[in-house]
Amino acid sequence: MTRADVRAAFEGEPALVPYVVAGDPGVEETKAYVEALVEGGADVVELGLPFSEPIADGPTIQAAIRRALDAGITPRDYLDLVRDLDVDVPIVCMTYYNLLLQYGADEAETPEDLDVSAFVADAAEAGVSGLIIPDLPLEESDELEAACEKHDIALVYIVAPTTTPERAERILEHASGFVYVQARMGTTGAREDVSGDTHASLDRLREKNADFPLAVGFGISEREHAREVVAGGADGVVAGSVFVDIIAEHADDGTAAERLEEKACELKTGAREGAE
Amino acid sequence: MSRAENTGKFGQYGGQFVPEVLMPAVEELTDAHRRYVVENEDGFIDDFRKRLRNFGGRPTPLGRADNLSERYGHDVYLKREDLVHGGAHKLNNALGQALLAKYMGKDRVIAETGAGQHGTATAMACAYLGLDCEIYMGRTDINRQRPNVFRMRTHGADVNPVDVGSGTLKEATNEAMRDWATTVEDTHYVIGSVVGPHPFPTMVRDFQAVISEEAREQSREVIGSLPDAVVACAGGGSNTMGAFHHFVPDDAVSLYAVEAGGSALGVEEAESYAPNSASLGTGTVGVLHGARTKLLQTGEGQIVESHSVSAGLDYAGVGPELAYLVDEERVTPVNVDDDDALEAFHRLSREEGIIPALESSHALAYLEHADFDEDDAVVVNVSGRGDKDLDTVIEESAKRDLDIAPDMEVFR
Repeated sequence: MTRADVRAAFEGEPALVPYVVAGDPGVEETKAYVEALVEGGADVVELGLPFSEPIADGPTIQAAIRRALDAGITPRDYLDLVRDLDVDVPIVCMTYYNLLLQYGADEAETPEDLDVSAFVADAAEAGVSGLIIPDLPLEESDELEAACEKHDIALVYIVAPTTTPERAERILEHASGFVYVQARMGTTGAREDVSGDTHASLDRLREKNADFPLAVGFGISEREHAREVVAGGADGVVAGSVFVDIIAEHADDGTAAERLEEKACELKTGAREGAE
Repeated sequence: MSRAENTGKFGQYGGQFVPEVLMPAVEELTDAHRRYVVENEDGFIDDFRKRLRNFGGRPTPLGRADNLSERYGHDVYLKREDLVHGGAHKLNNALGQALLAKYMGKDRVIAETGAGQHGTATAMACAYLGLDCEIYMGRTDINRQRPNVFRMRTHGADVNPVDVGSGTLKEATNEAMRDWATTVEDTHYVIGSVVGPHPFPTMVRDFQAVISEEAREQSREVIGSLPDAVVACAGGGSNTMGAFHHFVPDDAVSLYAVEAGGSALGVEEAESYAPNSASLGTGTVGVLHGARTKLLQTGEGQIVESHSVSAGLDYAGVGPELAYLVDEERVTPVNVDDDDALEAFHRLSREEGIIPALESSHALAYLEHADFDEDDAVVVNVSGRGDKDLDTVIEESAKRDLDIAPDMEVFR
């Protein structure tokens, strides 16, 4: 699937974009979890590729990343996992920039030649339709943007509560797939309520581009949150820590997949209600 | 040498690899750095220099180490950053950034710390300037640098232990960045070294450059000429860049950055561990904590846990400008191991009456291996004093049965 498919996932009814960490607790489990999430109503799945220094992630996802790294997942294992997935929704890879840089390092003759296109090419071939790189702001992303365009996969940018209107405008100009609207300050993690900043961000982005898909994430864990952000103008909701928590608690008792499906279904229902 | 100060790039190194939520803050800080530090708006630099003198105790002396000079057969001069208030060069930067936070109207300051020297310096500066202060420190470092934790608390700072990973500087930095991502509107993040996203590497260097500015001036008086070499230890590289900066254009002055060789060189991929902290000389190019630089990492790009007997050098990355100066062959990276550093610690204490920090002991240890000519004048930057390291040194010396170490058994 291509970047156009990522964008198309937000057309019609509001989209649900769940996130889980690949390889937590193991690659086989992740396959089952992704399938369960799609069964529960996921329209895009954001699949984390673990990096040792996840500076944009809160404690829940940090711990999941640590478990996955301890279990031994590598970037090549990750791409094999994506290749083996039997789902019909776009897979978006969330990871940090250094892993992309090192992926092709073996072929680079000098350090200056480090090149992210080797990863992008293999990711596209494996079936990844988009990338989210939280430590890569617009200022540093020319090279990756070109590689993503060449291989027709989306490069999803984040808009934060601190993003100025001028920056938001530039981000929209470069965006492909969807824009990830960070609902609050700080790092990822499930919270009690949805921040008022979110509505202001959505309104501002809508003014610039009425059509481009906007998905809200950071802190969404309940049906009511999903309803609220969609009612506030979002085209989709991203939820991560709530799913990662379910895996942490229930990977061992064998009920994780079924609970993930239920949670996805609940959030999707909330999103639909928000659109009514 | 071309250096693009505005984009924060040093050749291929540097940049601003941070989450979008922090970009407005680094833009604001870039602007504040230019206005206050570069252009001296509102007399910031004059204020800073006055405070460095009256609070920080600068200038620090440059003096000949007679016994070491005799031992090595060439002149050795010590730049005494151990005499800066607080006992290390760290105050130069912490005071500069805390003052900048005040000029920017931010009343809360956070910092990461490894050995605790930067945390202590920040806590002192915040107490002095009336700012709220929170320090992130890894649990392992808290255990091996307890006196500094007490100092920070005594100055009124909150110390937040970081329990993840190896509990050292890398994890403390991650946690401080996460705090900043949540509190950026009223908080300034005082990075302790020439690392992180632009403008930090340039700004921290500017605050630390007082070391080489003084040393260059003093060397004309004390040595009668410029030195032939300047030697400084390098972890993140703030004392290194501070000691080198004003000498960089002086091609006749050799610059040696001494890294922690730990117990062995190389990266143990399977354990995701490096038994050293020699990223500048032996690392590979990657992106960590906001900058492209030299790193200790696996072939896949996972950052490994580093090691040094000196907590202040124990870091998997290094400042991007240093990486650039090494590529340009202006700075020579060398390393000494834990044993060498411990011996140098005792040697300076015994022969010159100065207890150096374990970090600085690495720079001093290089003199044992270097091949200077007998008419060379070598300046070594003693970046800090070693009182904080005494527990570690006594324990590590006993483990190694070091001849040069005093017998402490009866007192333990």
